[in-house]
Amino acid sequence: MAELERRRHWWWIVAAIAVVALAIFFIVQKTHYSPPTATSTTPAAYSPGQPIADDGQWAMPGHDYASTRFSRLNEINVSNVANLRPEFTFDTGINKGQEAPPLVVGGTMFVTTPYPNKVFALDLTKPGAPMKWSFEPKPQPASQGVACCDVVNRGAVYWDGKIIFATLDGAVIGLDANSGAQVWRTQLGDINRGETITMAPLVVKGKVLVGDSGGEMGVRGWIQALDAASGKVVWKAYNTGPDKDVLIGPDFHPFYKSDQGADLGVKSWPPDAWKTGGGTVWGWISYDPDLNLIYYGTGNPGPWNADQRPGDNKWTSGIFARDPDTGQAKWFYQTSPHDVHDYDGINEIVLLDLPVGGKVRKVLVRPERNGYIYILDRATGQVLSADPYAYVNSSQGVDLKTGELKVNPDKLTQVGKTVRQICPSANGAKDWNPSAWSPRTRLLYVPHVNMCMDWQSAEVSYIAGTPYVGANVVMYGGPGGNRGVVTAWDPVNRRAAWEIKEDLPVWSPALATAGDLVFYGTMDGWLKAVDARNGQLLWQFKTGSGIIGQPVAYKGPDGREYIAVMSGVGGWAGAVVSGNLDPRDPTAALGFANATQDLKKKTNPGGTLYVFALPPRH
Amino acid sequence: MSLRFRPATKGLIALAVTAALVSACDRERRDFGTSAPEAGPTIQTTQLTPGPGGQVPPDPRGEIYEKSAYHVSQGQELFHWYNCSGCHANGGGGMGPALIDDEWRYGSSIEQIYGTIAEGRPNGMPSFRGKATDEQIWELAAYVRSLGGFTPQASSSRNEGMRNTPPRNQVTPPKPSGEGGASVQGTVP
Repeated sequence: MAELERRRHWWWIVAAIAVVALAIFFIVQKTHYSPPTATSTTPAAYSPGQPIADDGQWAMPGHDYASTRFSRLNEINVSNVANLRPEFTFDTGINKGQEAPPLVVGGTMFVTTPYPNKVFALDLTKPGAPMKWSFEPKPQPASQGVACCDVVNRGAVYWDGKIIFATLDGAVIGLDANSGAQVWRTQLGDINRGETITMAPLVVKGKVLVGDSGGEMGVRGWIQALDAASGKVVWKAYNTGPDKDVLIGPDFHPFYKSDQGADLGVKSWPPDAWKTGGGTVWGWISYDPDLNLIYYGTGNPGPWNADQRPGDNKWTSGIFARDPDTGQAKWFYQTSPHDVHDYDGINEIVLLDLPVGGKVRKVLVRPERNGYIYILDRATGQVLSADPYAYVNSSQGVDLKTGELKVNPDKLTQVGKTVRQICPSANGAKDWNPSAWSPRTRLLYVPHVNMCMDWQSAEVSYIAGTPYVGANVVMYGGPGGNRGVVTAWDPVNRRAAWEIKEDLPVWSPALATAGDLVFYGTMDGWLKAVDARNGQLLWQFKTGSGIIGQPVAYKGPDGREYIAVMSGVGGWAGAVVSGNLDPRDPTAALGFANATQDLKKKTNPGGTLYVFALPPRH
Repeated sequence: MSLRFRPATKGLIALAVTAALVSACDRERRDFGTSAPEAGPTIQTTQLTPGPGGQVPPDPRGEIYEKSAYHVSQGQELFHWYNCSGCHANGGGGMGPALIDDEWRYGSSIEQIYGTIAEGRPNGMPSFRGKATDEQIWELAAYVRSLGGFTPQASSSRNEGMRNTPPRNQVTPPKPSGEGGASVQGTVP
């Protein structure tokens, strides 16, 4: 009996050895690879300039420094908008996502396009607005391969006789607005590190403010100020790393304890992870001349797989207030510390003076990716309120004492776990497309989405110039099934006044006018005008392609009011069409393809300007 | 009466069963660890070849890689390790074009895909020459071919991801026009 037991053991040992040998054999077949990385900095110079403010014009994408996107023109209004008709169109010949607004200054319209970032000047004083000049910056074609979500451009800015814009390959260019001649060109980004530029610059006190894109490529986010006259770099502030790089000095007074301390941009990361940690600046900048502060949001931390970057990941997914003259940080507030859902905090910041608790305060309003509309005291960075404007289950509110987002532990993403039904999805309750504020209705018109997602984190290695994501994501429509929403938000009473449900995600910004109209576009090509007071649809026009562009209003040289918008689907939401992706793979376009798989049946790529007006009076 | 075997017989049966199982796994001859090819293939990205002469003959190594389930599955792993999936997702595309459709800007043969990975392409495809070994590039190319549904017989049926594409051994092979030289449909930037 004892001998029999021994023999049994002997067979088990042989089997175990065989299994181990086989395992070793297979493991040995694999090879490993991890290449190195690099970074650099740039020095400085300075010169002042003049602001412009004329309501017949549209000189910067947000219309004004407060980013209201409100036009005081009221010739087109609730009573006559039904007669609105196309006046002229202009085809750019570039069929990628058209996110830029047409700018209008002094009888000339300026149109900027996605890659290859051409600029066209149209003469509005002549019938049919003939082309005055065009400019081709010829960015490096390879830059298309490091642009995360279509090769978009969010517009130019007019300043002191110049049109200033950025190219996908990371250059900022100043053109003579009259002739289209290049005055200066400054290379800021390096595509071999994954840095591109897609945002519209803002000019404050003669300084061009611009930041990098590439939060999905493991770049290190920054914002720079260039002299608007010469293009020379005046200052550069990183959004991760040591305080001296972030331009954090004695003036920095964040409201909450969690943002106080030395070198948090290093200490809130694993060693060296801040060097590839994202925190890009590809959205919007606002400016308060009285406080002399600029406000901008910082992008998501990289990689998306949060297990590779334990810590708060300062200064990503938050809001910075800085002195535009020196770049020195004044305060910071983190909307999503240690972001685990790609809540990329770059959305618009609308500067308003609102009654809060019976007292008018200087606030900023931020419809945030994480699903809350934040109202902050813009002098101090204190959160006054944060209310959900969409269905949110990824968090359970914001603690107003600590400023902390209360993340729902059930929706934490982790390696080895598939988390389903996370709302909002990675593009947030609202992405880049900005809201409009009407001082007449005192409502903020928020174009946004109603989407949720499944998420599976995976380990990813950093290879400079390639994506640094580490997540499989699948997105879909949220509760109710409508993927798009336009919400008219009352920030004083902290509730929605009305809401329009749209089938497709709403990826176009909004425009509000003194005619009590709100304009926005849909991804299947409708430009819509609704009553600002109740959301009732008053007029619509079907353009050639889906609309994700920024509608604007201007007064033409003939004294009439015009509405202009670019039609041309694309961007992250429309990449399935503009990039001809295959939605049979639901993870395509970082998971967005699953949510817009019907889009190919509804629209084609395009790139056409549409301009509308009322029939002339005789 | 229950059927009983002596311990030695039991051992022999176990050995026989193990042998049978191991041999069943070997559904093809697998060539592990052979030396990497000395040089890449001759690559032609167009079907237009003016004058007499015609097409470049296929590289014999291509077939070895794309018909080997082992190399294809290695290619799948490398597809994630080299962050190919960051741009091309699980074949549906994103920053880069889709690989499960039937549009092949620079050609769909394994030599052409090898060339695209090794040399890069001007509109955003990086060059992986010197980053990946020749053998790894062949394996990546073999996997990309399987994503396109060209070599379903060599592919594993299971993906390790979340709900993904249909199993690659069930992907319908593309129309013949997609095979071979550069078949360009739609816009090429």
